Amino acid sequence: MEGRRAAELAARQSFGKLVAWLTARCGDVAAAEDALGDAFLAALRRWPVEGVPRAPEAWLLVVARRRLIDRARRDRTLEQLLPELDAVATDPDTPEPPMAFPDERLRLLFLCAHPAIDPGIQAPLMLQTVLGLTAGRIAAAFLVAPATMGQRLVRAKAKIRDAGIPFVLPGAEALPARSAAVLQAIYAAYTSGWNGEGDDGRDRGLTREAVLLARLCAALLPEEPEAAGLLALLLHCEARHGARRAADGSYVPLLEQEPGQWDAALIAEAEVVLTQASRAGKPGRFQLEAAIQSLHAHRAVSGRVDWPALLGLYDALLALAPSAGGRVSRIAVLAELAGPARALVELGALAAAEPGLREHQPWWALRAHLLQRTGRAAEAQQAYRRAVALADDPAVRAFLAHRAGADRPG
Amino acid sequence: MQYAVLIYESEQDFADRPGLMPAYAAYSQALAEAGHMAGGEALQSPHTATTVRLRHGERQVQDGPFPDSKEQLGGFFLIDVPDLDAALTWAARCPAAERCAVEVRPVLAMEAP
Repeated sequence: MEGRRAAELAARQSFGKLVAWLTARCGDVAAAEDALGDAFLAALRRWPVEGVPRAPEAWLLVVARRRLIDRARRDRTLEQLLPELDAVATDPDTPEPPMAFPDERLRLLFLCAHPAIDPGIQAPLMLQTVLGLTAGRIAAAFLVAPATMGQRLVRAKAKIRDAGIPFVLPGAEALPARSAAVLQAIYAAYTSGWNGEGDDGRDRGLTREAVLLARLCAALLPEEPEAAGLLALLLHCEARHGARRAADGSYVPLLEQEPGQWDAALIAEAEVVLTQASRAGKPGRFQLEAAIQSLHAHRAVSGRVDWPALLGLYDALLALAPSAGGRVSRIAVLAELAGPARALVELGALAAAEPGLREHQPWWALRAHLLQRTGRAAEAQQAYRRAVALADDPAVRAFLAHRAGADRPG
Repeated sequence: MQYAVLIYESEQDFADRPGLMPAYAAYSQALAEAGHMAGGEALQSPHTATTVRLRHGERQVQDGPFPDSKEQLGGFFLIDVPDLDAALTWAARCPAAERCAVEVRPVLAMEAP
């Protein structure tokens, strides 16, 4: 049993490191994963019987290397990597003093977020190659059929191999844009988990895995404050995970959440990470979004929300990374400072400029809320109905429907 | 690795070509001096193209390029570079990159006989 547990633990902790090391030597992520998969199977078979080797990672690496060599002998395109692989110790059962091998997971992250790879598959690719998640698990979070996700992953890995996408760190001039792509993919993995969350089974989706990737990225990219910003943002979101739903599973909006239910340790960690990031003096989208969440989290201490500061952060965020959703959120803040009537005017102007917002659930929910506050109950109810019709999350839908009903005159 | 840098041009691009020849000449020279040039040709405009198919042993000849789209293959470079990043860097320098689209595709390596 201990052997099985050790193999599973090694798999979780080392998968990405081992894939990265093997990919660095064969330039073929798919071949690296296959070889490593064989090595893990061998471990599951042998460790429970023979005991856990002294250096489990080295053992796995040596077995995976042997598999790659077998394959290279059959497959001439892999033949040139034989000398590279021969440089590794050969006997898996008597590894020399536990071998140290460089952590090349950052290169793996950059490979997955290469601009030549379809942006839609970058996050799934990271989850599979760095964390070892199965296509089925990733497919569930991204709401596609497992077979489809499997095919798209295979195609992306074939492109990496056949198009000759290099396994290197980008040069200084390309680094900011490439880092942004890595962070964006991790953020996409997090939100897919967040949105895909069922209202009852409390499936955490891939949020924990995305936080793991964000931690890894922040550690591997100390010079990039946006990596720390993303980590801080995700930690703040994670801190509120339990408070987002009432005991009966119903949705609780942020401003109505009980701060006592937030995870104080995660918030404290987020604050430390964000403070460190801000020292670089290079604000970015994720740092600003984390700062917005930090202001909300401060309600746990001060008992109130600093609306003027929040408005300033939204203005800074929208100047740097304009988005329709961000503009709607900014108007919600404005309503607290300038009143619902003024906010309603801005909300109308926003939809006139961006007609797509008329299919955006938060736009309708905010409009309904503002109409209600200005005493236009009938219009508010209509707007809530539109918001309900556009909501994807069942708990949010139920919440909005309840608001619409509560608002019914008489 | 060898890559084909395929240049897709609109009708206007084909018409504007004479003015671009110096830029293409400089680009070819830069590729050659860097040791990356493995070949390439410019093609005449799509109205000169003829498409041929052999169906059930019968030759079908049709006026015009395949496929009949707004942008047409106007020419190509064959470059020899270490990897896709290097290929993309050189493709971005091609005079066509600024005006029309450039597609980069690895060449299928044939085993030596």
